[in-house]
Amino acid sequence: MNFESAKLKPRLEAVLFCSDEPLRLERLQAIFEVEIDVLLCGLHELSVDYAQQNRGIVLQEIAGGFQFRTRAEYAPWVAKLNRSRRNRLSKAATETLAIIAYRQPVTRAEIEYLRGVDSGGIVRSLMEKQLVKIVGKKDVPGRPLLYGTSRHFLEYFGLKDLTGLPQLKEFSDPDDVALSLEMDFDR
Amino acid sequence: MSHPATYEVKVDTFEGPLDLLLHLVTKNEMDINDIPLAQITSQYLNYLDQMEAQNLDVASEFLVMAATLIHIKSKLLLPRHANEEEVDEDELDPRVELVQRLLEYRRYKEGAEQLSAYPQLNHDVFSRPELAAIQDDSIGHVGGEHGDIGLFELVVALRELLKEPAPAIYHDINTTGLTVDEATIRLRQRLKGHEQLLFRECFVYLPRREEVVVMFIALLELVKRHECRVVQLNPHGSIYLYPVH
Repeated sequence: MNFESAKLKPRLEAVLFCSDEPLRLERLQAIFEVEIDVLLCGLHELSVDYAQQNRGIVLQEIAGGFQFRTRAEYAPWVAKLNRSRRNRLSKAATETLAIIAYRQPVTRAEIEYLRGVDSGGIVRSLMEKQLVKIVGKKDVPGRPLLYGTSRHFLEYFGLKDLTGLPQLKEFSDPDDVALSLEMDFDR
Repeated sequence: MSHPATYEVKVDTFEGPLDLLLHLVTKNEMDINDIPLAQITSQYLNYLDQMEAQNLDVASEFLVMAATLIHIKSKLLLPRHANEEEVDEDELDPRVELVQRLLEYRRYKEGAEQLSAYPQLNHDVFSRPELAAIQDDSIGHVGGEHGDIGLFELVVALRELLKEPAPAIYHDINTTGLTVDEATIRLRQRLKGHEQLLFRECFVYLPRREEVVVMFIALLELVKRHECRVVQLNPHGSIYLYPVH
């Protein structure tokens, strides 16, 4: 570890500690005015420190930024600190959210075709939780709204980006499925 | 217990007809690509009967799937076309579409199960909550998707505002009220003196609901004219207005 990064590490720690959102590299660069490599190195060392020292918090890369988060095993105690502990998402909500996450941009009709049930209420409540947002309108008759996941979705599940989603099993040519989708809408 | 004759049998609940079908396929260890239609249809209908017996509302989606199953079954029973040349899409196994839907559904169901094992923010893991106020210079760094608020969130905020009971009005002489133009001018002047303005601050001294709505329209008007930006740094956090210079 060279002199520069030895100085940088505690400074990074202080800044990250105070932030209430994941800090992006550009933002950190503007604060510290160092090369991106030096910054990445400092962040890496810091996160290794936290990972190795049996701490209550970890440094994570989330939604394109860096943030300190508590470890899941300490949730019962943190929750007592005057915080309302949110309920986990329901099975139906997670299922709908997964479809939106994997297939975005996706219309409500497509979600409902895939789930086989009306999903309007669930999509709405996901929007109220700001996990899902409207990303546009599909260029088909009726111009239905297209839904996608928000930045908060990444923060909610602690994902770096959408590639962090669980891998889906491949089972067939996706075009075939797309075709059968189209066919259904024509009816 | 006033109704000794009633008792409940717990039946697994399913997210929808596909969920139920998938459950039946798995339970019977059927090959998903070669589903014995007669068997699965009768089991499916059996389940619907059970639901009805328990006075559960059978959602229409379940009935649509029942009809689909019976339709496919009837197609399978029809003799196949003898003429080889006419073999086209209609001659495909009628189960194909259903199987594809099932496979696709299973894929997302598994994805969702894995996703729900991830730690969830503010339930399993926590981060520093939103700071009370943001510094004036931080607006320079707010950009792109993060921060700028959508109409949906704004309307949610308006609804919150309207939920609060209106203060009692003792006399009501002036019914002309606030116009959108007046509200726009008022809001513009308030913004002039500030680096930032809390969303809620726009609506103080407005006793009437109509006026709150008029002020909200004025706010949208200023955004449309690019005179201000509306920003929310954190989900469910405070909403701020920033004048655009």
